[in-house]
Amino acid sequence: MSGGPAVEVHDLTVAYHTEPVLWDVDLEIPEGRLVAIVGPNGAGKSTLLKAILDIVSPVTGWVKIFGEAYAQRRSWVGYVPQRESVDWDFPTSALDVVTMGLYGRLGWLRRPGRREKELALESLEKVGMEAFANRQISELSGGQQQRVFLARALAQDARIYLMDEPFAGVDAATEAAILTLLQELRATGRTVVAVHHDLQTVAEYFDHVVLLNLRLVAAGSVESTFTTENLQRTYGGRLTVLTQAAEALLGAQAERPDLQGSGQG
Amino acid sequence: MDLSFFASLLDGSLFGSFLGASSFGGIEWSFTLRNVLLGTTLLGVVGGVLGCFTLLRRESLLGDALAHAALPGVCIAYLITGAKSSGPLFLGALVAGVVGALTILVVVRWSKLVTDAAIGIVLSVFFGLGIMLLTYIQKLPLGNQSGLDKYLFGQAATLMPQDVQLMALLGAAVLVLLALFFKELKLLTFDREYAASLGMPVLRLEVLMTLLLVAVVVVGLSTVGAVLMVATLVTPAAAARQWTDRLGWMLVLAALIGGGSGMVGALASASVDRLPTGPVVVLVASALLTLSITLAPRRGLLWSRLRYLRMVRRIRRENLLKDLWNFGERRGDEPGQRVPWTYVMGLRGLTGGRVEATARALEQEGLVRRGERDLRLTTSGIAAAQAMVRKHRLWEVYLTRKLELAEDHVHRDADVMEHALTPAAVAQLEEVLGYPTLDPHGRPIPPARGELVSTAPISGGAA
Amino acid sequence: MSASALVIVAVGSLVAASCALVGSFLVLRKMALLGDAISHAVLPGIVIAFLISGGRSTVSMMIGATALGVLTVFLVELSYRTRRLKEDASIGVVFPALFALGVLLISRYASAVDLDLDCVLYGEIAYAPLDVLTWGDLSLGPRALWLTGFVFLLNLSLVTLFYKELKITTFDTQLAATLGFAPTLVHYLLMSLVSVTVVGSFESVGAILVVAMLVVPPSAAYLLTQRLSTLLFLAVGLGVASALFGYLLARTLDASIAGGMAVMSGLIFLACFCFAPRHGLLARWLRHRRLGRRLAEQLLMLHLPKAGELGWELLDQRFRWAPGRLRAIARRLQERGWVEPGEAGLRLTAEGVRRLEAAGQQPLRHPLGEAPLGDSTAGAGPAPASP
Repeated sequence: MSGGPAVEVHDLTVAYHTEPVLWDVDLEIPEGRLVAIVGPNGAGKSTLLKAILDIVSPVTGWVKIFGEAYAQRRSWVGYVPQRESVDWDFPTSALDVVTMGLYGRLGWLRRPGRREKELALESLEKVGMEAFANRQISELSGGQQQRVFLARALAQDARIYLMDEPFAGVDAATEAAILTLLQELRATGRTVVAVHHDLQTVAEYFDHVVLLNLRLVAAGSVESTFTTENLQRTYGGRLTVLTQAAEALLGAQAERPDLQGSGQG
Repeated sequence: MDLSFFASLLDGSLFGSFLGASSFGGIEWSFTLRNVLLGTTLLGVVGGVLGCFTLLRRESLLGDALAHAALPGVCIAYLITGAKSSGPLFLGALVAGVVGALTILVVVRWSKLVTDAAIGIVLSVFFGLGIMLLTYIQKLPLGNQSGLDKYLFGQAATLMPQDVQLMALLGAAVLVLLALFFKELKLLTFDREYAASLGMPVLRLEVLMTLLLVAVVVVGLSTVGAVLMVATLVTPAAAARQWTDRLGWMLVLAALIGGGSGMVGALASASVDRLPTGPVVVLVASALLTLSITLAPRRGLLWSRLRYLRMVRRIRRENLLKDLWNFGERRGDEPGQRVPWTYVMGLRGLTGGRVEATARALEQEGLVRRGERDLRLTTSGIAAAQAMVRKHRLWEVYLTRKLELAEDHVHRDADVMEHALTPAAVAQLEEVLGYPTLDPHGRPIPPARGELVSTAPISGGAA
Repeated sequence: MSASALVIVAVGSLVAASCALVGSFLVLRKMALLGDAISHAVLPGIVIAFLISGGRSTVSMMIGATALGVLTVFLVELSYRTRRLKEDASIGVVFPALFALGVLLISRYASAVDLDLDCVLYGEIAYAPLDVLTWGDLSLGPRALWLTGFVFLLNLSLVTLFYKELKITTFDTQLAATLGFAPTLVHYLLMSLVSVTVVGSFESVGAILVVAMLVVPPSAAYLLTQRLSTLLFLAVGLGVASALFGYLLARTLDASIAGGMAVMSGLIFLACFCFAPRHGLLARWLRHRRLGRRLAEQLLMLHLPKAGELGWELLDQRFRWAPGRLRAIARRLQERGWVEPGEAGLRLTAEGVRRLEAAGQQPLRHPLGEAPLGDSTAGAGPAPASP
């Protein structure tokens, strides 16, 4: 549309109790890409998402979504929180959870009606969960719960989706389904920013990567940015993670010939 | 506004103790009873509905703290105004409740103590302050004897029409607010951060919830008292949760259960001598909760126990079928052979009675014929047994090939899975494995149900 | 202090000390409200013991109350284990039901039970000196003193005896289980002790003060120390202080003594909450202020260009700090020789550039290579390695 970045983060510093969790992050996320946020535990990945969503307020800096503040662009953004962040024993159905995605659009005092139900059902179909629409959410498997969360964000019909570890603890079938979904979103010009833990699959699943460890280490296309050197800088001296990273890189090179040799930097 | 209850706290002589006041001879449709009935029912309905949110937000015990924390508010309001008019006293209770809730928030936010300890601190210290102030007031020249028992147990019998009116008004306000903001409060309770990402004012909604809770608790003091207030909120909601998986219905059911317990409590205490209202209300609600936890469909403990027992019996039947079939295979006989009881009795560590009962059940299904000394599979029994063995061996193949487990480790696991695999899963399994014919131990995998492997079927090839 | 005052303070102190010993474990196990629940739920046990024994026999009351206390814990865990209720809800439905049963029993058999409900609930420690235990004609001193003294000795000896078990089951239930410490057994032992403590303290101080003593002094002590043994001593000390000064407070105002002791424990907690050396509000505030200043200093340096200067206006726009803060932060950095004023703004000195470049190699929490002030317990994250 505008050709500008989908998300622009400028000089962002976030602190909990003045303990910095994000340090002076400058970042531009291009539109229409699948973007992985990668970094060790406690690197501020989730915080970055929450700062973009204006759930935590920064010490300095600002965030713009398609050139505007979040409050103006709320309806353009869909959020998928971590699955563990809610109590799945809550008395509600899968369809109802997905309908929650439309609450923002509905506004105060209006109740979801037939139209909203239909939209929610459509979203459930997109993640292959229409058969489970009326199930109590605690009866769903972990992967199915994750799909319900994705469907809820899809119902928002956003232009950019922020996902906190969408692949965490899901079965292989769900992982494949989510991946397909992400690719479909990209095909329709949507942007997806996902916190991702599995270094092995970064190169396969995503085309853009943000390496984060309190400060921004590097950001850019997977080809140019997902390198041993950058991973080393991201994960510091933590050897086990580094080994993992090296393996990941080898895996990525094996799969993508264009990456051959770039790991030696 | 006139909540005479709060005045009576400071003026115990007005109505006498709660024990005497609740004594009626037989049930009489009196002015008093009408008030009590309306009051307890209203409180039950409103407490039940609001309690659903309290329960789901895991703040069940907050109500307990707020109920105790309100006492010093009543006393301080009296000390300030110097009059026993109910309005200010009621207001004092509200303010103290809010201060109590805030204190809990501050302690949790700014220290390493958890909510549990913060609630305990606020509850006991505020209440201790209340007792101190109350005893102090009583020793003032214009003071009177203690009304503390009223505070702790409420005094439903002395409810005035004005009290009931106020309760109705407040109850209606609470219900209307909950109805108006139902979807927002639901989302807030389920997923706070997502609600925030949609731009909902989560903090303001949480403040609204707490205010509603304080209001209901303070009003409820006059009916059930401080100690039992928490049950008015939590118990009906917990009972309602067992019957439904939808929040909307849960609210309706909690209102019915709360209101019903209130009504029964009022009527029972009016008709039986020396039966205080508050405790009866709570006991009725608790009985309903026990009933709900055991008997509610799906979530009820009784049903899950029955489901479990049914499953155990089914597994025993399937195991016996398989054992009978294996007996034939091991000896190289036809599967329809007679199998001595002594063989099956020793197999799975079950008592003889259990094995017999299992065999009897199988006979009723027409799968087994029992004799004096032995038993044998019928034609359909052979087919059924074969299907079981098939699942077991296919699963063993899957484990050894796909998960690369040692072949002497797979039997136990297959023993579990064979009872769980559906026909569709078996078909898929077979396809994935490329239609194997032998299991990891080299034994043949019998073909699908209907095609008997037996060389000499008893009554021709059953379809 | 008169003899009766001495008895009252002694009884109060013994109650406080007994409660602190078991309450510390309740607070550490995040089960403070289980103590509240038990203190209410023992009521039917007392009443039933009353009806059976037909009198105020301390032993039968103890047995009845302990049985109900254990039953409470059992019922709470039962409803929690079924996974039909959450833990807080389990407590919230069990104890009111049992308490209601107790009130009902008292009301029904009020004439048969010579039990003053008021006394059970908020106690009357003022009468403690008057109720004297006799052996034949021999006066053995106040009954409450014997009772609370016995409870204190019981708690003290059992907590000392099972110190190791209590400690390990409190901090790591799973480890305790694998080491064969039977956490469930220890749990029920503790809960039985809580029940005995509650009923032993009941008559003299009442149910609500018992809750105050179980929860408040251990919570205050928890803010002062991390060590379990120190915590136990502190909790006992703070409890005894609450009893002593609470008595004086109540005497001054001529108000309920039990209430005064609860209020005093609250005031002591408030003091610890505000002024505890590490976890107090003041200490936290000071630490945060220091850390906040350091954060601002580092941010400011990061935003200055390696060469040339940045104008004050631009800096103001970028940070939007409170007026004067930018200048104050700049002055502090200037004193350290890392920045210097330029024409119309601020620029890095050579030393500042060197610092920044060294830090730029490491993605650390504090880029300028200084560990956060305070200590390693201040932050959740691991301390960064020095560059």
